[in-house]
Parts: sequence; structure tokens; C-alpha cells
Amino acid sequence: MSATTTSGTVARSGPATLSRKKESRFGGVYGSWATPYLFLLPYLILFITFVIIPAVFGIWMSLHNWDFLLPGKPFVGLENYTALFDSSSVQFEPFWDSIRATAIFVVASVPFLIVLPLGLAVLLNRKFPGRTFFRATFFAPFVLGVAVIGLMWRYLLDPSFGAVNGLLNAVGLPSVNWITEQPWAWISLVGVTIWWTIGFNAIIYLAGLGDISAEQYEAAELDGASKWQQFRNVTVPGLRPVMIFVITTTILASANMFGQSYLITQGAPGTSTRTAIIEITERGLSQYRMGEAAAMSYVLAVFLGLIAILNFYLLREKK
Amino acid sequence: MTKPDPFLLTRRGFLTTSLGVAATVGLTACGAGSAGAPGASQAPVGAGGAEGYDGPPVTLVYWNGFTGGDGTIMKQMVQQFMTEHENIKISTNTLQWADYYAKLPSAVAAGKGPDVAVMHVDSVATNAARRVIQPVEDVASALKLTAADFATVPWQAGIYQEKRYAIPLDVHPLAFYYNKAVMEKAGLDPEKPPTDAEEYATALDTMKSKGIEGDWATPFPFTGSMTVQSLLWQYGGELFSPDASTATWADEPGVKAMTWYVDLIKNGNSPAKIAQDADFVAFQNNKNAFNWNGIWQLNALVPQKNVEWGVAPLPNIGGKLATWAGSHQFVLPTQKSADENKAVASRVFINWISQQSLEWAKAGQVPARNSVRESAEFKALADQSVIGSQIDNLHFAPAVAGISDAMAEWEKALNESVLGTKEPQAALSDAAGRANQILEANKKKYGG
Repeated sequence: MSATTTSGTVARSGPATLSRKKESRFGGVYGSWATPYLFLLPYLILFITFVIIPAVFGIWMSLHNWDFLLPGKPFVGLENYTALFDSSSVQFEPFWDSIRATAIFVVASVPFLIVLPLGLAVLLNRKFPGRTFFRATFFAPFVLGVAVIGLMWRYLLDPSFGAVNGLLNAVGLPSVNWITEQPWAWISLVGVTIWWTIGFNAIIYLAGLGDISAEQYEAAELDGASKWQQFRNVTVPGLRPVMIFVITTTILASANMFGQSYLITQGAPGTSTRTAIIEITERGLSQYRMGEAAAMSYVLAVFLGLIAILNFYLLREKK
Repeated sequence: MTKPDPFLLTRRGFLTTSLGVAATVGLTACGAGSAGAPGASQAPVGAGGAEGYDGPPVTLVYWNGFTGGDGTIMKQMVQQFMTEHENIKISTNTLQWADYYAKLPSAVAAGKGPDVAVMHVDSVATNAARRVIQPVEDVASALKLTAADFATVPWQAGIYQEKRYAIPLDVHPLAFYYNKAVMEKAGLDPEKPPTDAEEYATALDTMKSKGIEGDWATPFPFTGSMTVQSLLWQYGGELFSPDASTATWADEPGVKAMTWYVDLIKNGNSPAKIAQDADFVAFQNNKNAFNWNGIWQLNALVPQKNVEWGVAPLPNIGGKLATWAGSHQFVLPTQKSADENKAVASRVFINWISQQSLEWAKAGQVPARNSVRESAEFKALADQSVIGSQIDNLHFAPAVAGISDAMAEWEKALNESVLGTKEPQAALSDAAGRANQILEANKKKYGG
């Protein structure tokens, strides 16, 4: 209250009467109270327009049978949610099948996407001739779009005419149905994803490795720690904050997998590689059941939120 | 604040006036004389497109999905149309079909839909129910188009809930492609492709004895789904009950059809678990002899010098001639604000292209218009007319809104059966169960 009055007085009486103290509170080196908000504003506008409003609107949609072109959008309450837990509903089986497929992919891909890039980063962190070239090489696939890598591997992995089977046959090994038979379809999708994104996580780790001071390694070496002990006791703890980031973003990225199985396996064999995002997209955008699709998205989002919280809890700094 | 906005009033007044004009002209159109002929733009009144268009210059926005070789021919036809119609400019927007079907509803909802568009026949009902397209009954009557002008199946397929929403441009049936080199290698007469179940089996056996897998079975919709659908109709079955309220593909004919297809693998006439398009790639590389594929593959095969191939109507496996077909149809997307000039010009355009569909046949299509299909010029297109000879045995998906949602379940059954994760009967029954739920939900949604 008093602050408002004071500032009002200030405004009326003009800058000439400003005391030193007031200058530091309302202007000067610390800037106005609005400064941080003004800096945040451009992003905030985008965030509200493209994240908050659609998210809230999505909840509203999920309570209706929503088709943006049909005049009637009947309110159905929580029906779109309860149907997901009712085994006799249309969406029950496809939804949970797709959640299962997503879970399989997350479990199969995340450990590799955490561990392999770490090893790669440690290797690329050493000084050797051509280091920059190798760093660029491993990162290169990541700059390609999913359409490019999807189509490319779709051809390379073709069971009848693909180059991969061609190479296998050339060294006397039998052909493998890489994309039309399980478990090969999952192995292919996980393998392609690792090849595609390994460079991204490796770069994050590399940045983290750069932050660990050389003195710590020196000290460890003086204490007689082996290379492995240095890695365990200096590198890994030093990377903890980076690791939390990598694990969280990797789990989310794997849970949102869409393009690889859409392009390479087309959800086959059967519906075994049809992920949750494929299911949600087709239901919402090709069957125009946007309410049901929105409800599915929220259930998926709750799952992912829980996993993220669990992740932070498990990796918290233990005192 | 309470003062009415003069601009709005003017605009509303303008709209009312133009709607009135539209209605009047529409009425005149019904009484108009002869059907428009190519180059009829000099005709006095623009009667619903029947007598051409002589209004002020307009630009029509035209959307289609002809991204392949067919796109080039459509472009030439549009050019030709513009030279003959100086006051109509066509601005074509060609998108991938998948993107096209996603974008069209949004564009129409935003009032930015095209003036004229092309759509596959199985999407007409869904888009009619969602009001993406408007009825074109007036076009048909103004242009004096009747059932007699078109092949029956594609003409009937443009009707949704007793109203016409589409004017057929072409039909694209499945056809039986045979690789002459592979047949010759197996000691078969390359000029005598099999025509019935017995001959087909003998030919496959002969090739098998020479170590050739003669008919590769694909687990993917293109064109495995169309192949097994054709077989189902050949065995006397139907995909859906007459009112399209239940899926009937798990009945005996459907199971027979799927079993026949899966047996190609079991009997050693096809490799197992092939990926998308491998069957056709093998055909082009002289590894596969028989392939049931769309007429559109003429575009891929004709330019190839090192493949000796022939094309025939589908062999009669099940006992009754039947062939899957799709059809491109002209539609008029719903407009937020009516523009009479554009409405007339769009109709002139549709009529003109429909009459030029011989040119279009060269893009690997069978003209829907009888006069064109029965012309000597079309008969001179040997491959197209062989495929076109199936015109009376063609089958389409029923004109029911959201039917493709149910067909997606059929495609899952195909994938499971051919990849061997389920037996045909089980795969088809499970899929039919899911499809029935979808059909019921669609009925509720679209009020069909």
C-alpha cells in the first residue's frame, strides 16, 4: 500500500525529487520491477498461445465428442476417460496396445540412449587427431529429419531387397525379416533410433564433461585411483545434473516416438509397433474423434508426468 | 456503440443480392438447353456451367493430389482449359493425398477452401457428412449429366443420403499384371496368362517346380487389401451388410479369400513376411511373375525398357468376376461466402474436364464417362482398355461416412493373416468385432 502511494508521489513530483534510495528501488542499475517480466514476455506470449491455451482447450475438448466440423459437439463428461478403462469400449484395446508398444520401446531404447552416448562422450573427450571430425560424424545423423532417416532405413532394412540383408547374405548369413517380424521390428526401431539420436545426448554429456575440473582427476590420480575408479567417482557424480536432464528428455522423446514406426514398420507386424502417438494421431486427425484423442493424450501425459517425478526423486542429491 | 456498422450492412446486403442472383441463375440453369461442349465459352449465359461462362475474369482455386505422372497430364489439361476459356484462370494446388485430406477440412472451416477439388470416392461420404463439400445435384441437372452418361458404379458412388455430392472423373480398377520373361523362364506361354482358379494354380505350380515364387503376397494395404477384397467379392461375399451397420468380412467368402491369399505363402508361391511394395519391386526385377495391382502402375511400367509385361483383367478365382476399384470424383468444397461467378466457372471446368477424360486416360485411368470409354480413341489405348473392360464387375466401398475407419480394421486383419501372427478366421473375426463397434459409433456420430 505504502509503496504504491510512494511511487504515485514520485510520478507526480517528477524525477527531480527522486532520492538515491528510491533510484535503486525503482530504476537505476537494478531496473524496474517490470524488467524481468518484460524480458520473459516474448516467450511467455508464445508459451501461452501455443501451450497453455491449447492444453486447457484440450481438456475442454476431451469432455465432448468433438469434431471441429460437425455442428453438434455433445458434452459427454468423463465418458472419454472412463472408456479408456472399460474393456468393452472401442478405444480400450487399441489404446492399451499402443501404450504397451510405447512402454516396450521406452524400456528397450532408453538404457542404450543413456549409456552408449556417455561412453561415446568419454571417448570423444580425449585428445586425439581427428577428434572434431568424429564429433561431427556422430552428431551428423541427428540433423536429418525423421522422414529422411525413416525412408532411408525403410529401404536399407527391406527383407527382400534391402542392403542390410544383402550384406548379411554376402558374408554367408541368412536374411532377417527386419521390419515384418518380431522381435526384429523392435530391434530395428531401437537400433535406428540409437544411430539417429546418439550424437545429441553425446554432445550434452560432452558439455557436462567439460565442466568437471581437471584438478579432481589429478587429485584422484595422486590418491592412486584407477581409470575406472576415476570414472565411477569423479565423472559420474560430476555429470549428475546433466544425467537428470538426459534421462528425462530421453524418456519423453522415446515415449513420444512416432515417425520411426510410422514410416519404417507402419505399425506392423499386426499392431505391435503402433505407438501411443500414432494411435492418438489417427483417432484425432483421421477419424476426427478429437475428444477421445484428447482424453488419451491426457492419460499419456499423466503417465509421463509420474515417470518424470519418479526420475527426479531417484536421482536427487542424497545427503 | 449501438449504431450499426455501415460496412457490415453493405456487405450483408451485397451477399443477399448475390445469393438471389445465384438462385435465379440456378433456376434458369435447369431449363438451359444443350450440354456444354468443349470451347462453349462463347455461349450467351453462364447457366450453371451448362452454357459456359462469360462473366468477368475469375480465378478458380483447384486442389488435387495428383503428385505422380498423372499430375503432369492434369496440368496440361488445365492449360488447355485456360486457353479455351480466356476469362477463367485456374490456380492449381497439388498436395500429397494424405496431406490433402488433412488440410481440406481445415481450409474449408477457415473459409479458405478451394473452388474445385478432386476426391477419392471412399472419402466423399465422410466429407459430405462433415459438410466439407456441398451437394452438386444442380451441376448434374444443369449439365444434363445422368446415370446413362456414366458407368453405373462410380455414378452411384457419388450419392450420399440420397443427394449427389460428386461427379465421377475416372475409375482406377485393380488389374492382373504378368511378367512375360518370368513366365517364359518357367516354360509358360507368356501370351496366355491364367484366367481362372485352375489355370492360376497350374501356372504357380509350374513356376514353383522351376524354383520361382510366382505371386508375392504382401501384408500391406497397397495392394494386398485390394487383392483380398476382390477375392472376397469373387467368392460371393460382401465387406459390409447392405445398410453398412456390420462388417461381414469374417463370413465364409472372406475367410476363403484370405486363406487363398495366405496359402500363396504356405504353398511356396510367395516369400513370407515381405515389406511394402516388395511384390511390385520383385515384379519389375523379373523375380515375381504375377501381381494384382492398380491401373496407376501403368505409369511405372510403360517407361521401363527391360521389363516385358502384359496386363489382363483379374483372373476369376472365386467363381464370380469381381474387381476392386477406386474412383476420382470432382467435388465443390463448401464456401463461406458464395461467389456466383466462381460457382458457374467451377461447373464449366468440371464439365469440360469430364469430357476431356480421354486425355486423362493416358495418365493411367479408365474414364468414368461412357461416351469417352466407348470411343475408338480409348479402345486404341490397349492397356487401359483391357483394364477398362472390367467396368461392369467393379466394386467400391459403401458410401457411408467414416467407412475408412472400419476398413482400417480389415487392413489389420490382412497384416496379421499374411504375417502369420493370426489365422485368417481369427484375424477376420476379431477385426470384424472391432469394426462393428466403430460402425455403431460412426452411426451415432454422423447420424447415418
